[in-house]
Parts: sequence; C-alpha cells; structure tokens
Amino acid sequence: MLDILLLGLNHKTAPVELRECLGFSNDETGVALENLRKYPSIKEAVIISTCNRVEILMAVEDISDTTNNVIKFISEFKNVPVSRFEKSLYIHNGESAVRHVFRVASSLDSMMVGEPQILGQIKEAYRTATLKKTSGVILNRLLHRTFFVAKRVRSKTGIGDNTVSISYAAIELGRKIFGALEKKKVLLVGAGEMAELAIEHLISNRVGEIFVANRTFKHGVKLAGKFNGIAIKFEEIPNYLQYVDIVISSTTSPEFIIKPEHVKKAMRSRRNRPVFFIDIAVPRDIDPEINKITNVYVYDIDDLKGVIDENIKDRYKEAVKGERLVDEAVIRFRQWYDSLEVIPTVVALRNKIDAIAKSEIDKTLRSLNHFSEKDREAFYRMANALTNKIMHDPTIFLKNNGFHGNKFNYLDLTRKLFKLDNQG
Amino acid sequence: MKYLFIITIIFYLTSTTGYIAYLFFQKNFLHKTGYYLLFAGFLCHCATIAYGFIESGHIPVNNLHETLSITGWAIAGVFLVFHYKFKLKILGVYAAPLITFVMIAASSLSSEPTQSKNIFNSLWFVIHIISVFIGEASFALACGVGLLYLVQEKAIKTKNYGFFFQRLPSLELLDTTGYACIITGFTMLTIGLVTGFVYAKFIWGRIWVWDPKEVWSCISWLLYAALLHGRLAIGWRGRRAAIMSIIGFAVLLFTFFGVNFLLTGHHEQFTRW
Repeated sequence: MLDILLLGLNHKTAPVELRECLGFSNDETGVALENLRKYPSIKEAVIISTCNRVEILMAVEDISDTTNNVIKFISEFKNVPVSRFEKSLYIHNGESAVRHVFRVASSLDSMMVGEPQILGQIKEAYRTATLKKTSGVILNRLLHRTFFVAKRVRSKTGIGDNTVSISYAAIELGRKIFGALEKKKVLLVGAGEMAELAIEHLISNRVGEIFVANRTFKHGVKLAGKFNGIAIKFEEIPNYLQYVDIVISSTTSPEFIIKPEHVKKAMRSRRNRPVFFIDIAVPRDIDPEINKITNVYVYDIDDLKGVIDENIKDRYKEAVKGERLVDEAVIRFRQWYDSLEVIPTVVALRNKIDAIAKSEIDKTLRSLNHFSEKDREAFYRMANALTNKIMHDPTIFLKNNGFHGNKFNYLDLTRKLFKLDNQG
Repeated sequence: MKYLFIITIIFYLTSTTGYIAYLFFQKNFLHKTGYYLLFAGFLCHCATIAYGFIESGHIPVNNLHETLSITGWAIAGVFLVFHYKFKLKILGVYAAPLITFVMIAASSLSSEPTQSKNIFNSLWFVIHIISVFIGEASFALACGVGLLYLVQEKAIKTKNYGFFFQRLPSLELLDTTGYACIITGFTMLTIGLVTGFVYAKFIWGRIWVWDPKEVWSCISWLLYAALLHGRLAIGWRGRRAAIMSIIGFAVLLFTFFGVNFLLTGHHEQFTRW
C-alpha cells in the first residue's frame, strides 16, 4: 500500500532567509521532480514552492527511508547543510498530509489567512508535475479533491471577503474613497518597512507618480530610485500637498510634520479633490485636526488596526467553518483511499454483479407464475454460479501481486470501469 | 388601463423587494432580479402612458394621479439609464422604493381626467413636460446619491463603520454619479423652462407671467446653477455638493407640490385631485 508523505517548511517554521535558500524556481522544480522519480520508493511527487513555503508531496512505499532520502536530496540539490533546515521541517503522512494540503490550498495556513494566490500556485505546481509525469493515481485524486475543497471553502465561508494587514487595510480604505487607485499621485514621507510595503501595494494597484520626501535628501533619492519615483526636499512637502492624493507618512519626528494650515491651503488650489493621509508613524506625523477638513481623511496606525481587528475576528469565525469543510473532505478522501485495497474492490465488484443478477431474476420471475418454489431457487443458484465464474479471473488478477508496481492503477481502473465509487 | 397600472405597480414592488434583499444579503442575482423587474415595470408603465396618450390625444398630465405616474415613469427611466452607465447597484435601493412609493400614491388618487383643453397639443408643450419631468427625476436621483454620499463619508471620517460601509461604493463614484445626475437634470430643466416660455408666448402672448410655479422653478434652476458653478469654478465637490443636491431637491419638491397646494396659478390643474 502506498502512503502519502509530505515534507516541508513554511513562514511559521522557517525565517525568510532560509525559505529563500530552499525555494525551487520553475526550472529547478522540473529537474528536482525528475531526480526524485529515480528513487525506487517514490512513486509520485509534486513540489510546491512559493515565497512562504516549500513543500514536497509524495506517494511513497517506505515512509521512514524515503523521508531521510528526501531530506538528503534537498540538502544536496540546494546545497544547504541538513543541520540548517532540519529543525524547520515538518513531516506529515497519511491523513495528516491530506489535511495539510487541503488547509494550505484553502488558505487556512497562509500568512494572510484567506489570501487567494495560493490556490493558483498549487495548480501551477500540479501542472508542472503532470508535465513531468510524476503525478499518478493517488496525487491526481488528492489534488483534484484539493482544488475542489479550496473552492468550496472560498465560496462557503467569508474567509476571502476581507483582507488583513495594515497596508491592505489602507488600500481598501483608499478604494472606498477614490474608487480605482489608478493614476493617483502618492507622497511618501520618511521611510520604513510598513510604509514601503504600502507603496508596493499601491504600485500593484497602478498608482501614478510617487514622490519621496526624506530629511536626508540622499536617502530620499535612493528610496525614490527603488520605486521609480521622484525625490523632493523635506521643506517642499507643503507645496506638494496640492498635487498628491495619497500621503503615507512614517518618520521618527517627535512633532507633527503636516499641519492643518498646510492642508487648508492645498485644498484650495486642488479644488477640494479628496486627499487620504495614512499616518504610520508613532508618535504621529500628521495632525489629527486635519481630519476635520472637508474631503480630507486621516488614518493613523490605530485607526487602521481597528479596521484589521474587526476583520480578524470575522476571519477567525470563518476559518473555523473552513476547518470543518476540510475535515469533511479528509474523511471522504480517506474512504476513497481505503477502497483502493484489493479486498474492498473485489467485494464491491462482486456485490455489484450479484445485485444485477438478483434483480434481473426477480424481474423475470415476477411474470412467470407457473414455477414452483424449488424451480425458483434453482434460478438463484444458477445466478450465483454465474457470478462466481465471472468473478474468478478478475479476483485472481487483482489478488496476484504481479502488478509491476501498478496495483493502484489497476484497482483504480477496475473501480472506474464498473463505477464502484459513488462519491463525487 | 387600470390592470396595466396595477401590473406596473406589482413589478415595481417586487423590484423593491429584490433591491432590499440585495442590501441585506449582498448577492448579485438579487440586484439583477431587481433591475430586470424594474425594467419590466418600466415597459408596462410606458404602455400605460402610451394608452393614456392615445385615449385622450395628449400627454396624460391632467390630474395629480397622472402627473405622479409620469413622475414615477421618469424616475424609472432615468434610473435605468444611470444604472446602465455607472453600474451603481446600490442606488436601486433608493430608486426602486421611491418609484413604488410615487406609484402607490398615484394609485390612491382618483384617475378621473379633468376636462381636457386643446392647448395641450403643441409640440412645445410635449417637450416642456417631458424634459421637466426627466430633469426632476434626475434631481431626485442626485438627492439619493447625495444621501448615500453623506452616509459613506461619515463612516470613513468618523472611522465608525456601520451597516453601510461595506455595502456602499466609493465616495468618488458617488460624487461623479451625483454630478452627472445634476448636469442631466440641469440641462433638462433648462430645456423645460425655455420650451415653457416659448409655449407661454404662444398661448398667453407673454413669456413671463409671474406664475408661482414659474418663479419657484427659476429659483430651483438658480440654485442648481449655483451648485454647478461652484463645482466648476471653486471645486464644490464631495460633501458640499451632496448637501446642495439634497437642498435643491427639497426646493424642487416644494415647487412640485407646495406651490400647487399653497399658491395658485396656471399650473394648478396638473396636480388637482
């Protein structure tokens, strides 16, 4: 019996530097799959590699042996000593591996629960594996179920409705103010990881020009280069307020940098077109009084967290629903998987033929009333004998071990040929 | 005729139900259902009005019943066009009940036509009536959009996200839609007033007769003109524009009803009941 084995590490177990070292590019994935297939105990394999996780999913014959081999393989292939990543690895097999794949694809295991990209990434990984012919009966079935479950979780729960993280929250708000963010001009004051992340998000929303103001002009120029933006002098900020629609501020300044009188003046020259201030700095850079000016909206870090907290509570509820859907799917997969044994298949086939024969005899005898009870029994005996004769060769074939490692294919084919599985 | 009218109301009523369900459950098929039902109602409504037109030989605006019916018809038509253009789904939640309300109010009034006068048969008069009603319908929508804008703006400004925050579109979309409504309304009202003057010249030989409705219509017109001027010249947009369109519509409502009930003039008979 083949076992499902999953080996991997993700954002929870490994820091980004390690994930970078172990990530497989598209080409590398292909080569690695081909190499993995050369191990006699590995029958099927799929590699999922994204910026948040690296996972190898396999159908294998000997779990403990294969686990060690694969760890060694990763170390050699990526040229990273085993000791560096061993502790970050998680190893799942059987049902727990199935559950893990379902959870990952449904985005229940993501850094940002509910983010939609992961499903596409797994589909891509599966496509690569099918092209390299390393995916077989078991993983095909598992991944098709995975896609089904992920879609179900998305449609039946509200997990993907809202988005977490400060910069996402800021952008959602921006959308509520401006509609599309396209062509909106952005001013970044100061620097910092969160502010830069927000800018990246804005760029992916195709905003227009980006201005960068920094106390040290040199730093500003460097940062502007990163975003293809324009560096301006710190003193120029009030003048530029009339051009920009979104201001992100993240400096270490102890006092307010942008004051109400600056904004009032700018609003006149920009004819009241709305401005959205995002103040990520602590202590704050933007005077909260500015929020009182018409068509100006100021959000500081606490306001944004307020948006997110509401989302997280909702999401937690939705995630619980998602977990339940995953559990259901795991049970159904288990049922199918167990049925792939020889005995259940033979029994199911016999039951099917038996049922057909019995029902046909019942139907025929109903219109022939002149037979005695004894005659009737003879008919059923004949049917039984027929069933036995029909079953003889398939049973010997399936019980024989001469499958050349293709047992699952034959079992699966038999089940499909006679439609022994009723589940979807 | 009577049956057609009732069928129209039933369509509008079910459309309203669809839109209100959409407000709560946010399922796309609900607003689509509402939209198509409203469209069906609108077609029925067209038939009703066409029937009235053929029967009496002029635009059916002889009493308050007919005038309200035309009002509902104009709002429905303008809403369908604006919905098609701006895809502002949530606006149906305002428009559908408004239309239904107007129509039910119309149905509760006597539909006995008053003695018709031949003066209604001029082309100027037809254009006058149609453009004034389309203009008023646009202003009604502008008022609705303005209300939605104020609700959404308050949610964003006070960071207190209530029931509506997720359900309402962006401020920008509301503002542009409101602006488009005002421009359409203003253009139609202008055409309506001009054709009215020309028509008055033909009938009474005078352009301006100090009829209270004329005076109030001009006041509304000036108000909207000021709003548009403010927007173009000094950027009265967003909150201020929204408030102005609500005030403008209140004045318009007074022009429509108040003038007829409180004051007298030659427009009086259109709202007689």
